[in-house]
Amino acid sequence: MAHVAPTSSQDVPPAELADVELYHAKSFITKWVFCQDAKVIAIQYSVTAILIGLVALVLSWVMRLQLGFPDSFSFIDPNDYYQYVTMHGMIMVIYLLTALFLGGFGNYLIPLMVGARDMVFPYLNMLSYWIYLLAVLVLAASFFVPGGASGAGWTLYPPQSILAGTPGYEWGIILMLVSLCLFIIGFTMGGLNYVVTVLQARARGMTLMRLPLTVWGIFTATILALLAFPALLVGCVMTLLDRIIGTSFFMPDMVHMGEQLDYSGGSPLLFQHLFWFFGHPEVYIVALPAFGIVSDVISTHARKSIFGYRMMVWAIVAIGGLSFVVWAHHMYVSGMNPYFGFFFATTTLIIAVPTALKLYNWVLTLWKGNINLTVPMLFCLAFIITFLNGGITGLFLGNVSVDIPLSETKFVVAHFHMVMGVAPIFVVFGAIYHWYPKMSGRMLNEPLGQFHFWVTFLGAYLIYFPMHYLGFVGVPRRYFEIGETSFVPPSAATLNEFITIMVLIVGFAQIVFIFNMVWSLFKGKEAGDNPWRATTLEWQTATTPPGHGNWGETPPVVYRWAYAYSEPDAAEDFTPQNMPPSEVRTSGGGDAKT
Amino acid sequence: MNLFRELTKKPWLTDQDLGANLQVGGLFFLPAATVALRVFLGIASVIFTLLIIAYADRMGHAYWRPLPEPGLLWVNTALLVLSSIALQWARTSARQGRLNEVKYGLYAGGGLSVAFLVGQLMAWHQLAGMGYLAATNAANAFFYLLTALHGMHIFGGLVAWWRSAARVWRGAEIVDLRLGVELCAVYWHYLLLVWLVLFTLLSFT
Repeated sequence: MAHVAPTSSQDVPPAELADVELYHAKSFITKWVFCQDAKVIAIQYSVTAILIGLVALVLSWVMRLQLGFPDSFSFIDPNDYYQYVTMHGMIMVIYLLTALFLGGFGNYLIPLMVGARDMVFPYLNMLSYWIYLLAVLVLAASFFVPGGASGAGWTLYPPQSILAGTPGYEWGIILMLVSLCLFIIGFTMGGLNYVVTVLQARARGMTLMRLPLTVWGIFTATILALLAFPALLVGCVMTLLDRIIGTSFFMPDMVHMGEQLDYSGGSPLLFQHLFWFFGHPEVYIVALPAFGIVSDVISTHARKSIFGYRMMVWAIVAIGGLSFVVWAHHMYVSGMNPYFGFFFATTTLIIAVPTALKLYNWVLTLWKGNINLTVPMLFCLAFIITFLNGGITGLFLGNVSVDIPLSETKFVVAHFHMVMGVAPIFVVFGAIYHWYPKMSGRMLNEPLGQFHFWVTFLGAYLIYFPMHYLGFVGVPRRYFEIGETSFVPPSAATLNEFITIMVLIVGFAQIVFIFNMVWSLFKGKEAGDNPWRATTLEWQTATTPPGHGNWGETPPVVYRWAYAYSEPDAAEDFTPQNMPPSEVRTSGGGDAKT
Repeated sequence: MNLFRELTKKPWLTDQDLGANLQVGGLFFLPAATVALRVFLGIASVIFTLLIIAYADRMGHAYWRPLPEPGLLWVNTALLVLSSIALQWARTSARQGRLNEVKYGLYAGGGLSVAFLVGQLMAWHQLAGMGYLAATNAANAFFYLLTALHGMHIFGGLVAWWRSAARVWRGAEIVDLRLGVELCAVYWHYLLLVWLVLFTLLSFT
């Protein structure tokens, strides 16, 4: 690494660009309800996503009560169970994780981190949130319509999802599909904003390779989402037409309950291809922002620049590209041509390469760092090992011959939750603990945070490690009740009870977390502008929380990358991105002003 | 900007700072709305491509019964071509500062597009009258779905067109119209191209 003593000649006068015309709210309604400020929209997105996520969390408790203690709860019947499974999965993946990472963190962090005053299309951004809210309300309404919510499983495979006999086939599935279409329309409006803001509205000096990895992660994930969600949209529209007007896009000739149906010539496999062409990139739509956030959090809390920044950027882009050519590994059991399976097994193994590269780089970032085990750091460290765990079982399932016997077992549930559920939610928690001080001006309570972390982290492993074992001994997934079988040992029932108890304990920790967020908003310790002594632009705003327009009078000018930690020549162990070289006190004295 | 050169920079080396500090503006020397439209066209292309692949997958099936495309579709195609030409005229006129031509081109483009949509609805009506309903056969279902999605894109374009047309109506300066007219024209050319691909596909399969 070359170090050039900074000189005042490297200072650049403030931006000469004409300042963008900023929208100014004129009333309470336009300031706090129909608001066009990305920061308010971010909080609206986050609160909505967390609230509907809590509904999904409660559903998981009820599901686990049934699995752990079958025949004990009369209020759970098989129909309810399948409805809870379906809604839990769909809410968590789409309406919580996708909305929170992109709509929540994307809206809050992109303009601040790139040095913009706001998103480039604030009105469209506002519309995006309200359509998302409508999508959430339509989905939630499906609990209350005749027949209840859809119980088709979160993959919504036709023909089963739209035929009589499946819970919620009357109205639930229709509302689910309409809600997904609305979500996609709303997301597209937001996504256009995220992409164009990163490309076109960066501050002076903020080159692409000076962007924090959080922005790279959210940016690439948004492109993935913009290209992958159309497949889900097409699938949803066609299923909706099959259900409502009787077309046969996905519905083959079939006899159903002894009766020949009017459907003819459709292809259920076509839906699976469309669904997974969206579904696999969806994993990375959630994972890439998580990758970026983890990189920034561990670099900040280990007081060390990220190891291999360029490789990290390239790996994010490579993973994004590869995520579009692995989708059929979700369909090995559909009876595909073996060569087809071979191709997708190979691409699945290849995608592990850039992912492993990121993992090594995180470990090397920590190597000899000044590691502060703060709550955000703990959650991000937990993410690293959890994503590794989930990734390794993914290598098992990526191979056709291993996947086929395991596909219908709890092993898949455990793998999926480790890699797609627990790992990203750790990052959500880490990110909230990290940026909450900027959003609210107050720190979250540390002891409550430590309690939340340790119970959630240990609890998650006590839930999902035994679940892998259950999968290995052959406990099937998707079953309301296993009953007595010849191949499942009685100890599986005991393990199921244990998992359920752990789920409830981990659930309690989340209530503590929610309490912490609300309590700290009023009673938390004052955070100041930059409590983590971080380098990125969002910590350098004139006020905390940042005001409308983010930067006061003068937009920032960027002089360096986002990871100037513990540099040998600097007096402080961090140098903000916007600090002019002449103000960086050097050990040799230099031309420091301060 | 050379994207490859940009992505191979080593931001941790301070000797690269001088040039980077002077970086101003976006990746493309284009207005944000133009970049957004291009991204949106990419998204729309994915939707139509996926549907065309699905169509190609199903058309080889034994159940596939192609439907006779109404001759009216040729008239509608001509209307869309004329609409695209009118908007291109408005675009060129806007660049050259001829306000009257912009006005006529924009109005004609919008009017012809509305006529196209009415024509498509009439074609649906004719087919339905002949018994070719969406639920009868997969080929019919695809015909209705593809034409409906294309029509919805035109309708969405008309919303954007309306904003420009209203501005012209209120007597806006030509400099304030240029970008809106430009984007309308590009969007219409794109939708004309999509329609020509779809029409070819529907007519010859």
